[in-house]
Amino acid sequence: MAGTSAQLDSKTLWGGKESPFQTSYGKLMMWFFLVSDALTFGGLLVSYGFTRHDVSVSGTESWPIGEETFNSLPFLGHGYPLIYVALMTFILIVSSVTMVLAVEAGHRMDKKGVIKWMIATIIGGFFFLGSQAWEWYHFTHGSEFGKVELADGSQAIVQGHFGEIEKFTVTKGGKEHKVGTEIKEDLMHQFQHAAESGHLHMHNDLLQIQLEDGSVANVSKKVDEDLTLIIKKDANPENIGKRYEGAEAQKKYYEALTSGAENRVIFGAKFFGDDQFGLNEYGPQQYAQFFYFITGFHGFHVFSGVVINIIILIGVILGTYHKRGHYEMVEKTGLYWHFVDLVWVFVFTFFYLV
Amino acid sequence: MKRDDLIEYSLHAHHNEEHGKKIRKKIWRVTALLTVVTVVEVALGAYIKQSSSIWPLVKWSFIIMTLLKAGYIVMVFMHLGDEKKWLRGFILVPYFLFMLYLIFVALWEAVAVGEAWTTYGGA
Repeated sequence: MAGTSAQLDSKTLWGGKESPFQTSYGKLMMWFFLVSDALTFGGLLVSYGFTRHDVSVSGTESWPIGEETFNSLPFLGHGYPLIYVALMTFILIVSSVTMVLAVEAGHRMDKKGVIKWMIATIIGGFFFLGSQAWEWYHFTHGSEFGKVELADGSQAIVQGHFGEIEKFTVTKGGKEHKVGTEIKEDLMHQFQHAAESGHLHMHNDLLQIQLEDGSVANVSKKVDEDLTLIIKKDANPENIGKRYEGAEAQKKYYEALTSGAENRVIFGAKFFGDDQFGLNEYGPQQYAQFFYFITGFHGFHVFSGVVINIIILIGVILGTYHKRGHYEMVEKTGLYWHFVDLVWVFVFTFFYLV
Repeated sequence: MKRDDLIEYSLHAHHNEEHGKKIRKKIWRVTALLTVVTVVEVALGAYIKQSSSIWPLVKWSFIIMTLLKAGYIVMVFMHLGDEKKWLRGFILVPYFLFMLYLIFVALWEAVAVGEAWTTYGGA
């Protein structure tokens, strides 16, 4: 591998002929860049740690726990702690492996092998970006229950199986809906919006929703199962982590849901909108901000990595590097790609696991 | 005109098919290791609650496993293990020194800032 030449003596070394690191200029510069980029990510993760530590020293609010926050899978709903993000990690590791195989093929001047493995790497990169898009979408929209502020001012996250909403039956007409109309579309979205605006009410033991157009409807909803409230914020730190289960949880949750006050229930992390910007169901505001910034900055690196890989792949297909006699450009883009994987390993640990 | 004062270091990394086989074997071995470590991490994360008494141990094992994974990625996938010793040190030593210092300072200050909030109030 590198450094096959004989021992360095100071004469050749200082004569300007031999590089002390026996590495080409381009590769060395790539390493320098990666060190500086690693400092950026290190700084970001350390500032995340700072904030988390600060909040837990001073706070009456607990920091979100990965396995409680990230527990859903596409099409399958909730109850799968960390599985999705583990899958993302695995995709990135595999694409790192295909990249190192492309580099190895390059060292044997095997053009076909390089093309094959680089295409696999690029596909893996797209898969990761797609997964991250879903993750962001889900993080923004939040869980089905949301976070609730209870009557005593404490805040709780909710776990369990959300009873499906079947329909709204209009009991008082508004601008758009007449009495007796059954609404069967976009139910969840309207329900959550009404919950956040304080437009859900209990009327003779029936859950009622006030819709955007001013009409009022009865909500037909299946019963929630295994409802658990976990206190995450309370003026008294001793109450944090306390759980309510069963009928008590049900009672407290619906009390908050139908209190008529705004923002007693919060779904997801608000990304747009002015009055609610910064609110999120997971915990301290900084948590969502760090989540978007760090995973976003990493995602941007993945995206640019995919673009660079595509550019280099075109070069490989055109035979640019074969003519040059070596595939070091593949090795250099490979360094960048592995670095992206490396950063994810740390993001995975400090955002999702610890 | 061919210059004799340039050394093409890029060619040093070339190897033959036989050597390539060995390298590929190593790559797959590291892949298996990274996968196993990730699976262990996820299993620990999913099944051991943060309120559990062994959580501090689990937390530190996460950090150790992360550093292990990072080490294999940097040394094998990024070939830093095959580079000159001085290049390796040149990249790793300053980075580690700086990061350790930064982590120490940040956590230390976080405690101070947190206590200031508790003492002097604020929302």
